[in-house]
Amino acid sequence: MSGTENQMTGAEIVLQALKDNGVEHIFGYPGGAVLPIYDEIFQQDDIEHILVRHEQGAGHMAEGYARSTGKVGVMLVTSGPGATNAVTPLQDALMDSIPLVCLTGQVPTTLIGSDAFQECDTVGITRPCTKHNWLVKDVNDLARIIHEAFRVAQSGRPGPVVVDIPKDVQFATGTYTPPSAAPAQKSYQPKVSGDARAIEAAVSLMKGARRPIIYSGGGVVNSGPEASRLLRELVEITGFPITSTLMGLGAYPASGKNWLGMLGMHGSYEANMAMHDCDVMVCIGARFDDRITGRLNAFSPNSKKIHIDIDPSSINKNVRVDVPILGDVGNVLEDMVRLWRAGAKDYDKAVQGDWWTSIAKWRARNSFAYKHSDDVIMPQYAIQRLYELTKDRDTYITTEVGQHQMWAAQFFGFEQPNRWMTSGGLGTMGYGFPAAIGVQVAHRDSLVIDIAGDASIQMCIQEMSCAVQYNLPVKIFILNNQYMGMVRQWQQLLHGNRLSNSYTEAMPDFVKLAEAYGGVGIACDKPGDLDGAIQEMIDVKRPVIFDCRVANLANCFPMIPSGKAHNEMLLPDEATDEAVANAIDAKGRQLV
Amino acid sequence: MNAHLQPTGSAYFIAKETQVAESHTLSVLVDNEPGVLARVIGLFSGRGYNIESLTVSETEHESHLSRITIVTRGTPSVLEQIKSQLERIVPVHRVVDLTVRAKTMGQERPIEREVALVKVTGSGEMRAETLRLADAFHAKVVDATVDHFIFEITGKSSKVDQFVAVMKPLGLSEVCRTGIAAMNRGPQGM
Repeated sequence: MSGTENQMTGAEIVLQALKDNGVEHIFGYPGGAVLPIYDEIFQQDDIEHILVRHEQGAGHMAEGYARSTGKVGVMLVTSGPGATNAVTPLQDALMDSIPLVCLTGQVPTTLIGSDAFQECDTVGITRPCTKHNWLVKDVNDLARIIHEAFRVAQSGRPGPVVVDIPKDVQFATGTYTPPSAAPAQKSYQPKVSGDARAIEAAVSLMKGARRPIIYSGGGVVNSGPEASRLLRELVEITGFPITSTLMGLGAYPASGKNWLGMLGMHGSYEANMAMHDCDVMVCIGARFDDRITGRLNAFSPNSKKIHIDIDPSSINKNVRVDVPILGDVGNVLEDMVRLWRAGAKDYDKAVQGDWWTSIAKWRARNSFAYKHSDDVIMPQYAIQRLYELTKDRDTYITTEVGQHQMWAAQFFGFEQPNRWMTSGGLGTMGYGFPAAIGVQVAHRDSLVIDIAGDASIQMCIQEMSCAVQYNLPVKIFILNNQYMGMVRQWQQLLHGNRLSNSYTEAMPDFVKLAEAYGGVGIACDKPGDLDGAIQEMIDVKRPVIFDCRVANLANCFPMIPSGKAHNEMLLPDEATDEAVANAIDAKGRQLV
Repeated sequence: MNAHLQPTGSAYFIAKETQVAESHTLSVLVDNEPGVLARVIGLFSGRGYNIESLTVSETEHESHLSRITIVTRGTPSVLEQIKSQLERIVPVHRVVDLTVRAKTMGQERPIEREVALVKVTGSGEMRAETLRLADAFHAKVVDATVDHFIFEITGKSSKVDQFVAVMKPLGLSEVCRTGIAAMNRGPQGM
């Protein structure tokens, strides 16, 4: 590997390394410190560059792209403000374990530390919001570092990485090393196969269960389609009921007979009650987040817990477990299924009989119920109709953050993994629309819908311009109630219904806004007109903003108020104005 | 029972800590590359862990390895979490809780030593007393004039603490401590 054939400029190395890592699309925004790379992009056709309107949009697009394809998302931004604008999507990807490679330009090495124009300490700023980051000071390290960046981003628990490339390194000439010849950092070798004895212990615990439950999460989706298939097989052969986190929706189909619906703060009554009363819990690729567990010292008090996770720091972090299994969900599930099948003859699903009777009773409580109206569109109804009219299509759903996100999770049935893109950990308003653009770039002929709120959508609305430029027919379905609905809901619960700054006085005309960008605007405020309007939205092959005017004061139930246990849910039929106002007392209000 | 019947809570649940905090010494073997110390320290500050002492130096020049020794304080579950979080950092090779390992070998603590340089100024009778006490602590004189001594003292932190305390009335003017270097007893490597 010597001689002149592998001599390239830094900018050429960047493009070659991206190609060699299978990259077809990058999302970015040019600027002074990345101009050499943009010049190379101009002179090739293998990689398509999508020009965003704000670097935050580039990051979320790369996340949506990654989540819907299982590939690494790539973003390219300039130094200084380009890099700082990337921070939100980097942290978002870190918390939701999305593989992301972010290339940032940097001022020339000779100017680093001099407070140069558009200089910032990118590796310093992004250190806590990436899995790892690098400042490339020598062009001869560039290829190796980019290859390593891809390896770190997608192996183990996936996450975002940053490669900061000073401008003089982009101009300098050095040697290109292909991925196969690049040495990997020895200290980073994630463990993928689970300990055989731990898996045996888990299976024997599961066999003895009378009230079992599987609680799966985003790790199953991250592990790949095979992991989702194995999860379905495990549910089938064990007959266990299964619930999932927000991030894990679709790994097990919503139409599956063992499905209890999502769990957690706005999860179903049956899922939360089953989590509380179970005797064996199998947590697969989830991390006992506070929105899931409710009050920790009342979380599933009488169960033995099995936890499969690839990240050792997720185990015993919030909840102590009895059988930890460190490894990739796909690998561990394969062993688990094989082991269960080997001893399946001795197992009689009838031992779960009473358990399923209890579940049926909880289910009958119909915790997602809402009062239908013929005059105004109920937000839940809007999601139900959207689901009915799109379920037979090749559909991908993204969301922003808030009430609409929870309603989407409750009422949209996901049958496949990688079809649901939402900001779970960080809760980033403004995520959904750029994420939908990223999904559409990867799946040009699919129906991609961002279920949005009227407040969230305005956080990255500028990307309409991007969607129009690249003919990406993304649909924005806004549940417009003129409030930051979830903020208002918490103000009603915690702050005496004093709705401080959660009402949007001056709302844009979303139809005109769509038209101003060159897209299509549709508005609907009558339940009777809804199906036709949704159909029109589907049929238009251009970006659409759908302004769905919904009941302004609807709230999201059921709900576990924070600090409560799973069996202390606030159910919709009990959530009268008075009950909501009194759900949390004065002492509780002082806490946050 | 439903929520509104027993109302407490907030946007987040604030748990009471019931476990007792312990002081542990961790040894962290890392690639000696730019920013690695910042990653370790950032982890401690970002997640609210304590650092009581921290030392770092390259140990094997050829393999570019550095060893970071951290004394930290936390409940057993926090200490376990610190170890896992450190292991997640890409350039970290190994993390050993020396205190836990010492206990499994039936020992109270690992070997922990600290070096301090202590400057004492003064004249007259006090100087004789200063030297006598320094000798009792096996502190070495590394610099002196008629007006001052600089002592080098090596030992457990408690011994250094004590030495500094006795020097205070004798004209203590400056102290520089290295922080703790630590290792487990016995033939077994890290």
